[in-house]
Amino acid sequence: MAEKEIDSVTGVETTGHVWDGDLKELNKPLPKWWLYTIYATIVWAIGYWILYPAWPLPGGGYTKGIWDYSQRAVVTQEVADAKAAQASYFKKIEETQLEDILKNEELLPFVMAGGAAVFGDNCGPCHGKGGAGSVGYPNLNDDDWLWGGTLEAIEYSITNGIRSGHPEARDMAMPRFGLDGLLKPQEIADTAQYVLSLSGGATDEAAAGRGKQLFADNCVACHGEDGKGNPAVGAPNLADSIWLYGSRLADVERSIVTGRGGVMPSWGGRLDPVTIKMLTAYVHSLGGGQ
Amino acid sequence: MKAASEEMIALSGATATIAAGLGILVGGILALFGQDEVIRLHGLIFLAASAAAGFYVMTHPRVGGPDEQAHYMDGPIKVATIAAVIWGIVGFLVGDLIAWQLAFPDLNFDLPWTNFGRMRPVHTSAVIFAFGGNALIATSLYVVQRTSRARIFGYWLPWFVVWGYQLFIVLAASGYVLGVTEGREYAEPEWYVDIWLTLVWVAYLAIFLGTLWKRRESHIYVANWFYLAFIVTIAMLHIVNNLSIPVSFLGSKSYSLFSGVQDAMTQWWYGHNAVGFFLTAGFLGIMYYFIPKRVERPVYSYRLSIVHFWSLIFLYIWAGPHHLHYTALPDWAQTLGMTFSIILWMPSWGGMINGLMTLSGAWDRLRTDPVVRLLVVSVAFYGMSTFEGPLMSIKSVNSLSHYTDWTIGHVHSGALGWVGMVSFGAIYCLVPWLWKRRGLYSLRLVEWHFWTATIGIVLYITSMWVSGITQGLMWRAYDSLGFLKYSFVETVAAMHWPYIIRATGGLLFVIGSILMAINVWRTIRGEESSDIAEQPASAAAPELRHAIAATPAE
Repeated sequence: MAEKEIDSVTGVETTGHVWDGDLKELNKPLPKWWLYTIYATIVWAIGYWILYPAWPLPGGGYTKGIWDYSQRAVVTQEVADAKAAQASYFKKIEETQLEDILKNEELLPFVMAGGAAVFGDNCGPCHGKGGAGSVGYPNLNDDDWLWGGTLEAIEYSITNGIRSGHPEARDMAMPRFGLDGLLKPQEIADTAQYVLSLSGGATDEAAAGRGKQLFADNCVACHGEDGKGNPAVGAPNLADSIWLYGSRLADVERSIVTGRGGVMPSWGGRLDPVTIKMLTAYVHSLGGGQ
Repeated sequence: MKAASEEMIALSGATATIAAGLGILVGGILALFGQDEVIRLHGLIFLAASAAAGFYVMTHPRVGGPDEQAHYMDGPIKVATIAAVIWGIVGFLVGDLIAWQLAFPDLNFDLPWTNFGRMRPVHTSAVIFAFGGNALIATSLYVVQRTSRARIFGYWLPWFVVWGYQLFIVLAASGYVLGVTEGREYAEPEWYVDIWLTLVWVAYLAIFLGTLWKRRESHIYVANWFYLAFIVTIAMLHIVNNLSIPVSFLGSKSYSLFSGVQDAMTQWWYGHNAVGFFLTAGFLGIMYYFIPKRVERPVYSYRLSIVHFWSLIFLYIWAGPHHLHYTALPDWAQTLGMTFSIILWMPSWGGMINGLMTLSGAWDRLRTDPVVRLLVVSVAFYGMSTFEGPLMSIKSVNSLSHYTDWTIGHVHSGALGWVGMVSFGAIYCLVPWLWKRRGLYSLRLVEWHFWTATIGIVLYITSMWVSGITQGLMWRAYDSLGFLKYSFVETVAAMHWPYIIRATGGLLFVIGSILMAINVWRTIRGEESSDIAEQPASAAAPELRHAIAATPAE
């Protein structure tokens, strides 16, 4: 072991141990501020243990702390308070017809705020936060409704869903004209041209002309002679410029080939009736409620 | 003495051969009779590795022979050093990939193997265990020999530790990519990979303790206390947290022995102490050797090192429950987790003080030597994250920060700033020392590494503070009628730009690590250094220094 020596830079004595040729340690005392800060944190911790639940005891108990604090009691109380604060509104909404809610100046702001909150977390992921939709997910801000835009129709769609597997779901679906061999590829192309012509978008007038009869034979039962659709069976209006799956020829052809058939879950089992009521009023208000 | 060591070498060779035979047998059984594809593949890998090891042992009977006993054993250390550099790049790259995936989800390529859920454990395991673990194995085996003036205990055992550890990494990572996981954070490998790591780790403990046992110094150097605490505690954590029952001894799936809140508590007792003993104690071992060695100054305070070591060891083990605030965990456990985390603040800072103040009388080295700067800035990041940690363990702060990106930012200020940079510093010291060079290939390249990494870290942690606090505030915002103000998708959309900034920071960090790989490679090849004159005497291998200063520099 080497001798203790005084480090020339700091003037502090070393411990006298040397490792690996030149590794030494100064025998410096603990920094005072460091030590006192540890003491302070220990004192603080002891204070906390006195006030709050802290140490397990033999036999399964624990020190409860003199403030009698319980996280579970606090959260139970907070949830109860939050529910109580909204309870009178919920009761009134339950007792009021949807039509009347829209005219009720006391309830309407609450219903709109609640509907927006529920919409954001449950509907937003598909329909978009503002309800603007995207390809395959209808825009809820316009007045073009697949299954009807009355309060009653919207509430029904939300509660039971669309092709959701729920027994009351809206589950009419367009046939898969291509996949099931109901129409030949050329016929599908002609029909698609005719469908596009209804909104002035055909790129081949001759084909559109040939498609007219095919449309009459295969499509009018649901979409109507003028192609303006039928909300009773979820058949979209084909004569406007609103396209759920795109307006290019290939998009329309693909719709005829596969029949599409988008799915929306049924929310009746997940959201309570009052919440669905609020959601209905909110969706109805977005743009084109009927 | 000679005869005894001849016998020991023969015994070691025989044991290694038998072990390789057993490995071939076990690997063969799993490869042939395994009940799922992954365990059959792993059996095959295990068989191949055992066969290669057995072949090598039988064809090299004299490795570690008596003529080598006069020297330190550096072969396994070289392997672990290179492994740390390579795994580091892999781990950082995968981390940056998943960072970009969070900003642009299409980057998961719609493939099962590359989705976030599988890549994330590849990233965490690669950086913590593969990069960090190899850096710890390399430095600990280097340090324990030098500060004990003793060759590593064992002949084939150190080789088994290093290569066995690489095999563990390959089995773990390939399992994650193929969808095999225990789903325990930072402990994802399945039961058979856990058993393998246990064997490797016990061997690691044996060679480390064995070396300390035969030391020719009266006192055990402080770095070794930290390394030993790391090795012993990780063994305990690993075994307890991974207690599970395999569905079949020929299948990859197992179920944990714990359930419910006990399971969560066991997991975070493990998880937080992996931070405390793997990512803190182990790397403090690196700090205590490489900083004083590189700056040629004595450790600031022996007394501080004792007090902060024991207080750190005693306190860390209590802190895990702060990961489970406001959950089903009982109040009293949350209280203990939080209060001990607060008391832990100063013991952690004891290490920072000792690291930083060791530069007393050598502060100019911070300006002239980027390797010193890496080491010192790492200690500064250590100080910052060990202040932030206790802060975030306070329940009311945690109610805002928990589950947000703030946690991710905190982890990375520790992981990139402290663990990453102290390892880089140590690797830059180790490579010329191990390969007997007069210095690094290029100190300028280290300078570039330092700045790309530092800017990367700053981008990373500031963007995560912004996104984490934004997230926390958005989640808890209510309107006057008692409804949540923001939907979850809105909080996700708000993260987009912070995620891009974070991924850019990560990219800089990756670039830095590639610069290091180039520098290390060229140093090992012995290419002439362009700036050797600017490098300090301590950059050279000890054998090449003209005189090892017996008195402090100045």
